[in-house]
Amino acid sequence: MSEELDLTKLPTEEIVLQIKDDLYDGLAAEVVAAVKELLRRGLTPYEVLTGSLVAGMDVVGADFRDGILFVPEVLMAAKSMKAGMEILRPLLVETGAPQIGTLVIGTVKGDIHDIGKNLVAMMMEGAGFKVVNLGINVDAEKFIGAVKEHKPTLFGMSALLTTTMPYMGVVIKALKEAGLRDDLIVLVGGAPLNAAFAEEIEADAYCRDAAIAVETAKKLVALKRGV
Amino acid sequence: MRTALIACGALAREVLALKAKHEWQADVLAVPSLLHNTPDRIPQAVARRIREARAVFDRVIVVYGDCGTGGRLDALLAAEGVERVAGPHCYEMYANGQFQAMMDRAPGTFFLTDYLARSFDHLVVERLGLARHPELRDDYFANYTKVVYLAQEDKPELVAKAEWAARALGLPLEVVHVGYGALESRLVEMMKA
Repeated sequence: MSEELDLTKLPTEEIVLQIKDDLYDGLAAEVVAAVKELLRRGLTPYEVLTGSLVAGMDVVGADFRDGILFVPEVLMAAKSMKAGMEILRPLLVETGAPQIGTLVIGTVKGDIHDIGKNLVAMMMEGAGFKVVNLGINVDAEKFIGAVKEHKPTLFGMSALLTTTMPYMGVVIKALKEAGLRDDLIVLVGGAPLNAAFAEEIEADAYCRDAAIAVETAKKLVALKRGV
Repeated sequence: MRTALIACGALAREVLALKAKHEWQADVLAVPSLLHNTPDRIPQAVARRIREARAVFDRVIVVYGDCGTGGRLDALLAAEGVERVAGPHCYEMYANGQFQAMMDRAPGTFFLTDYLARSFDHLVVERLGLARHPELRDDYFANYTKVVYLAQEDKPELVAKAEWAARALGLPLEVVHVGYGALESRLVEMMKA
């Protein structure tokens, strides 16, 4: 967005388009300004989130998948969405925006890579899930503790290393032993994973990227609830 | 008997050095190392090289790790009946049995090899967009605690490059002269067989 652009003079639908463009270009300050302007005009935080930020990130996700955008651009877009979310998060709570369910997510033990996992967490939050992000290097005990405490619908694990991905199987086994597995939809992701691996460790789905994680989560939650 | 050593571009220089050292009757056919950014494409690229090699060579050995292919490279090689040097990735090969212990001690270790020290500017700074967006450094590397340079050759200019890389990441550097580690011992065994 150019510096001389006066948001107050733009029609609302143009500001929405502008937010999507600014997200795409990774312009956090501009996204924040436009979010504030839409709220000032009386749009609900939920409308701003879904109609502008999430819709904008969907375009980013699709272009990443199609090889048009690369990781740096996606991260800059994500930082911009995060900046917009900082404004919206407290307002979403205040206004009682709809929540689809809870997701407990973490990067497995021995692994400190969290870029993809954090993108998933942010996109899931944008899609209306309450997200409990356990961070990196999470062992089975901590995962199980979080499941007992937060009683999530969804359970997500991430790993970037060939050497750490088998630990996902260890966690799923531990969830089974604790009698918790059947209540959860287990999603896994990370560069070295694939659908066959997810099936082998008895996860419910492998998600190739954040946008697919959201899509899969919504679909499986709806199926589970018989919607 | 002539052997084709189909090697990842990140290992090609080292495999050439081993070929010269051990006087193997072999040629090294490289596959672009940048495919690591899109590991899905590695099996297909290796398969192409295998087909080319089979027309000319008596034996084919693939010098790759699993390299993020999630077992797809090994599935392809099993179907093709081609051997691969063992190991999940080059760090494990070079670290010669010490990789897991190093990771257990410090999961936030960023590894460099000679190849990565040489190519850090291109592969990390440029490819990850750090030159354009220096503010992304913490998004990528905040969880790392140190850089370990697993050095193959003992060259001060490579150590200087590793020092520069560590400074660029804002992390302390540890230099470990490992040579070719298990890459050499495993390949020597395979070439003997």
